[in-house]
Amino acid sequence: MKYNINKLSQKQAFWPAVIFLAILLFNLIVTQGVFFRLSIVDGHLYGSLIDIFRNGSKLMLLAAGMTMVLATGGTDISVGSVMAISGAIACSIVKAVDNVALAIVSAILAGLICGFWNGFLVAKIKIQPIVATMILLVAGRGIAQLITSGKIVTVTSDAYYFINGGYILGLPFPLFIVIFLVGLLVLFVGQTAFGLFLEAVGINPRASKFAGIKVDHMLLVIYTISGTFAAVAGLIESSGIKGADCNNAGLNIEMDAILAVAIGGTNLMGGRFSIPASVAGALIVQSITTTVLTQGVPAAYIRVLKAILIVVICLSQAPAFKEKLAAKRAAKSRKAVNG
Amino acid sequence: MEKKRKFHIKNISLLITVILFVLMFVFGSVKYNSFLSISTFLNLFNDNAYLMIAGIGVTFVLITGGIDISIASTIAFTGVFSAYLLERGVPSGFAILIVLSLGVLLGSAQGALIYYFRMQPFIVTLAGQFLMRGLCVVISEESIPIRNEFFKTFALEKIVIQLGESKALTGKIYLYVFIFIAVLAVAVYVLKNTRFGRAVYALGGNETSAALMGLNVARIKISVYAISSFCAALSGIVFSFYTLAGFGLQNMGLEMDAISSAVIGGTLLSGGVGTVVGTTVGAMIQGIIQTIVTYQNLNTWWTKVTIAALLCFFIVIQRIIAIRAEKLKGRA
Repeated sequence: MKYNINKLSQKQAFWPAVIFLAILLFNLIVTQGVFFRLSIVDGHLYGSLIDIFRNGSKLMLLAAGMTMVLATGGTDISVGSVMAISGAIACSIVKAVDNVALAIVSAILAGLICGFWNGFLVAKIKIQPIVATMILLVAGRGIAQLITSGKIVTVTSDAYYFINGGYILGLPFPLFIVIFLVGLLVLFVGQTAFGLFLEAVGINPRASKFAGIKVDHMLLVIYTISGTFAAVAGLIESSGIKGADCNNAGLNIEMDAILAVAIGGTNLMGGRFSIPASVAGALIVQSITTTVLTQGVPAAYIRVLKAILIVVICLSQAPAFKEKLAAKRAAKSRKAVNG
Repeated sequence: MEKKRKFHIKNISLLITVILFVLMFVFGSVKYNSFLSISTFLNLFNDNAYLMIAGIGVTFVLITGGIDISIASTIAFTGVFSAYLLERGVPSGFAILIVLSLGVLLGSAQGALIYYFRMQPFIVTLAGQFLMRGLCVVISEESIPIRNEFFKTFALEKIVIQLGESKALTGKIYLYVFIFIAVLAVAVYVLKNTRFGRAVYALGGNETSAALMGLNVARIKISVYAISSFCAALSGIVFSFYTLAGFGLQNMGLEMDAISSAVIGGTLLSGGVGTVVGTTVGAMIQGIIQTIVTYQNLNTWWTKVTIAALLCFFIVIQRIIAIRAEKLKGRA
């Protein structure tokens, strides 16, 4: 039994998952159980816990895509804008021809193209990832505005609302989207050599290239996946607000996604990564937000809290910091031996 | 001959930018009636002085090969905090001093984290961005008006320039634009004529060689981030002259505008190449795009799309230049 726990705790997703449970436990104690109260209305589950999963679904999707991007040592700051584009396209189509399937397909296709564009700039033209994705970050919201001609497009379609508000077996539908897409991704990365290659590219792209890995192709695939997932997140978002708000859809969410991946323990400089850990990280970010809001703390403190979190996590990952800490410990133990 | 070619590689980006600016100005003048005037030109500075100051600051960081995405939040924070201090009756000079020193402090802290712990500049300044934006709202969720006399003087006083009788030959320039001119002059001098300036370029060229040459990498790195945040704080003050209010949600995304100004002005994001004059021209181009979009009565989002297209164009040009430079090096 003990052996099993040891083995489990070595998994990258272990500690983020523990922290997530700890935050939930904290809420349980502080709110004396109100937080966990689940009520069943019309056969659907309601409650704060369900809200975390529903509202966190976008972040979980983005974090999963972002994990792979960050694992290559890159970054994708355009995901928020891609969400805006996807929402704008989907809502415009639903409004014009009332065809939800066509809307979903077009939106996802748009995300795919956006991601491919990012990947093309990074892999083929060899532009630094942050700069390459900055182009779409700046242009994306403009493009979305041009699609909706500057208006907030509202839709009235029960089928479209289902994407965010629907239930299957009493659980919110977005959760199933996450389980399906992230599960597919984890299978793809875990069961093929892709994950191994990905880690290699993150640690040393040059050496990987010499070892025969097609780095260009991998980058292209990874950025395309990130864009596609962002488009799905955009669909969930626009379904949630029942319309496309190009100015605010997914605003600053790229920062939350990066934070989620960092909390999950993926090295932001590339290399070691874990998609489940990032998903747990996304749940942590979402549960912190929900906790802070239900505790009546002004929402403003969330940003400050996140800033401190990022610094602490990255500091603990920084090799220079680890070396300094190790040197200090060594000095201490030497002292203990001598003394 | 060899020298001439070097000149080309370094300046071709800036040259394209300047030509583009002139072309746009000519285009506007031909297309719209009242476009060609001194006031159109001077308004580029009146309306974008704060962006130019922030851009000059971030250029220092970009030349070393780093990035600073915290500046927009620092600008907003400066605006809110100085408005808050003035509301509490703190003398204006003292309030300005406090926010400027806070800027330097933030920048130095970011630089120290980046240098001593080898953390990625992107992540560190991302945290800085969250922190400053969060602090804004902690201080006040609403817009705070500024009624201070000193600020009002700077906001409203202007110099009227009249070169002739006709309307096209008159324009006005606000006092705060002179702050930008001073910053530009100091930045040009520092980068061109001081040891520190040369060290900044050396660091961007190759950090390891710079360290082996005996340059104090720690000091330079921390300084450039301090300069960037200081300029952002100064830009925040100029921005509060411009709007006479402090509001925590102001200038969302301005960091990208500042960085794109630098890129359009010929700064290489991989480090080592860039000028603050170029950044100024880059900001002027953004200003003129905005003006043309307004004249054309288009959706303001066209500005963003055009700027992004320009950005893309310049980044690709940069790549071509870099590849050519590598080839030249290989031949030598």
